[in-house]
Amino acid sequence: MAKPAVLTHPESLKRPAGPSEYAKDPVNASMSKADKIALYTKMARIRHFEQRCIRIYQQGKIGGFLHLYVGQEAVAAGTISLLGKHDHIITGYRDHGHGLMVGMGMNECMAELTGRVTGCSQGKGGSMHYFAPDKNYWGGHGIVGGQAPLGTGLAYAVKYMGLKGSCLAYMGDGAVNQGAVHEAYNLASLWDLPVIFVVENNGYSMGTSQERSTAHPGCLAKRAEGYNMAWDVINGHDVYEVRAKTAIALKRAHEESKPTVLEIFTYRYFGHSMADPDKTYRDKEEIKEYREKKDPVLAFEQELLSEKVLTPELSLKINEAAMAEADKAAIFADESPDPTVADITKHIYWEEDNRGPKTTSRGTIIFE
Amino acid sequence: MAVISYREALRAAMREELKRDDKVVIMGEEVAQFNGAYKVTEGLLKEFGPKRIVDTPISEAGFIGLGIGASMLGIRPVMELMFWSFSYVAFDQIVNNAGNIRYMSGGLINCPIVIRGPANGGTNVGATHSHTPEAILASHPGIKVVCPATPYDAKGLMKAAIRDNDPVYVMENTILYNDKGEVPDEDYIVPLGVADVKRVGTDLTIVAHGRAVITSLKAAEILEKEHGVSVEVVDLRSIRPLDEETILASVRKTHRALLVEENKPFCGVDAQVAYLIQSKAFDELDAPIHRVSSIDAPQIYCKRMEDLQMPNVERVVAEALKVLA
Repeated sequence: MAKPAVLTHPESLKRPAGPSEYAKDPVNASMSKADKIALYTKMARIRHFEQRCIRIYQQGKIGGFLHLYVGQEAVAAGTISLLGKHDHIITGYRDHGHGLMVGMGMNECMAELTGRVTGCSQGKGGSMHYFAPDKNYWGGHGIVGGQAPLGTGLAYAVKYMGLKGSCLAYMGDGAVNQGAVHEAYNLASLWDLPVIFVVENNGYSMGTSQERSTAHPGCLAKRAEGYNMAWDVINGHDVYEVRAKTAIALKRAHEESKPTVLEIFTYRYFGHSMADPDKTYRDKEEIKEYREKKDPVLAFEQELLSEKVLTPELSLKINEAAMAEADKAAIFADESPDPTVADITKHIYWEEDNRGPKTTSRGTIIFE
Repeated sequence: MAVISYREALRAAMREELKRDDKVVIMGEEVAQFNGAYKVTEGLLKEFGPKRIVDTPISEAGFIGLGIGASMLGIRPVMELMFWSFSYVAFDQIVNNAGNIRYMSGGLINCPIVIRGPANGGTNVGATHSHTPEAILASHPGIKVVCPATPYDAKGLMKAAIRDNDPVYVMENTILYNDKGEVPDEDYIVPLGVADVKRVGTDLTIVAHGRAVITSLKAAEILEKEHGVSVEVVDLRSIRPLDEETILASVRKTHRALLVEENKPFCGVDAQVAYLIQSKAFDELDAPIHRVSSIDAPQIYCKRMEDLQMPNVERVVAEALKVLA
């Protein structure tokens, strides 16, 4: 067996987590105690939701793929916590954390995994296809990099309508080699679109380490230079740093209508998906090191304990509540009804679901 | 009634919809400053300005995907593909994203995009630029496909497509761009999924779409004059949705069917139409269904051979006589 590749994250990220040098950044210093507790709570909820998913997957209640976000919580939490009314988000298939961050409920998220009609997509999307357009969340996309042009289009629409907003288009490090991503980069820069491409670099595109997949000069974000775009790299284990640096990109989008590429170094504790036995391409020691020394949820907890925002008792309470919420969601997902056979042919066409004098379609559109 | 070209009819449809709805945007390669590779969008930049008429780089996956994303937020993009053959580099966007987003979101998100451009052979440009992907695309639930054959239908279908809340792919034909026909001065649409009997007859039904309709109409003339046969020509106009009733009504009248399309035969549109007729009007048939499609090979470059590869009047007449024998 080939020796597992060494993760190519910058050395600076491998030092043990400590107090964040970004705590005093205005975007963090201006947070109230309640804001900070809310942010920690959201991170804890993502963690416990995902861990509860593992159990129901192992019970055979989730079909298909399940890509977990455990270890990457600070990325979604930090970036999404900054967004306003006209800021939109779109991501790939590792999409649960973003969904919970925008305010989707655990019930609808868990029920989607078990394919229930009570799921956010009524059991038609599954793990990779969460959507909540009422919360500016446009999915949840299954094809690597395919969402990058869509996110660019959402930003285009925001600009077209004259709104001060943006779109955060997330992808993994594997997506940066897809043509659609490069086409999106070019259009975003050419047309000055308020899009922020967030590369969640967890080091592995499925089982292929970054250095085995990607020709790069040290970091992936630097590819932005080829498109005359601003870029930055972020320690994704520090939610304060994620917020501080994302805020700069957001300001660039809002004030100048300019795009940015942000590469956020992060790490996933589980396999690419639950179908990945995670035994061939990385060392267990590496996972252990990240879990023990870099964990973003624990790091933020420590931060808030030292700031005296959080007490051990409150933290325990928050975590227990998140676990209980996830437990309840698992029961809800288990007990909810399936969609019906008749539901299979609904939601294909707006015009078909709303057929009437004003729709433009006649004839047969669903075939036997 | 004005007599205008197919090209002018498409342009008139876009102009009227641009005026009617400020969310309509025209986007594509060379649509603005260049006035359109085939001049379909000529003059629109001057009239509507660069916010509404947008030149894109040669980047189909990028700009088609961008249009799909924008449509999710309520913009109504009308995207030009210089050739539908170029859609293949944007296939993931066109099929996976536009075609599935409403379904996978449980009906929460719509994608009111139009993608239009020529999809035809017969222009002596070789296999890569001669694809006719209407059957490929129409085989995906979530997608609508129309193929206008006349200026009237081109305008009416284009306007319906722009107002439609689902992705509608309009397949035009460069050989038809200069064809002229009567188009009403007043506002009208041709609803999707309504076929049109372009010629009334009693002895044989020809079902066709796109330029094959024009070929079939010419063949019908010859069949009448030289063989005394009365041919009915049904123009599908819309592939998905499909007007099954008009096809079946015609077959019930004539009891014989010939299906003509410029696609290659395997899994063509007419394979579906033939299935429809045998499943719902089997007892009405006095003869087996026949088809005329392009000879099953990549599109040949040599113009003399390409004209033979595609359905032409002679081949349609000959095959019609076989159905009538």
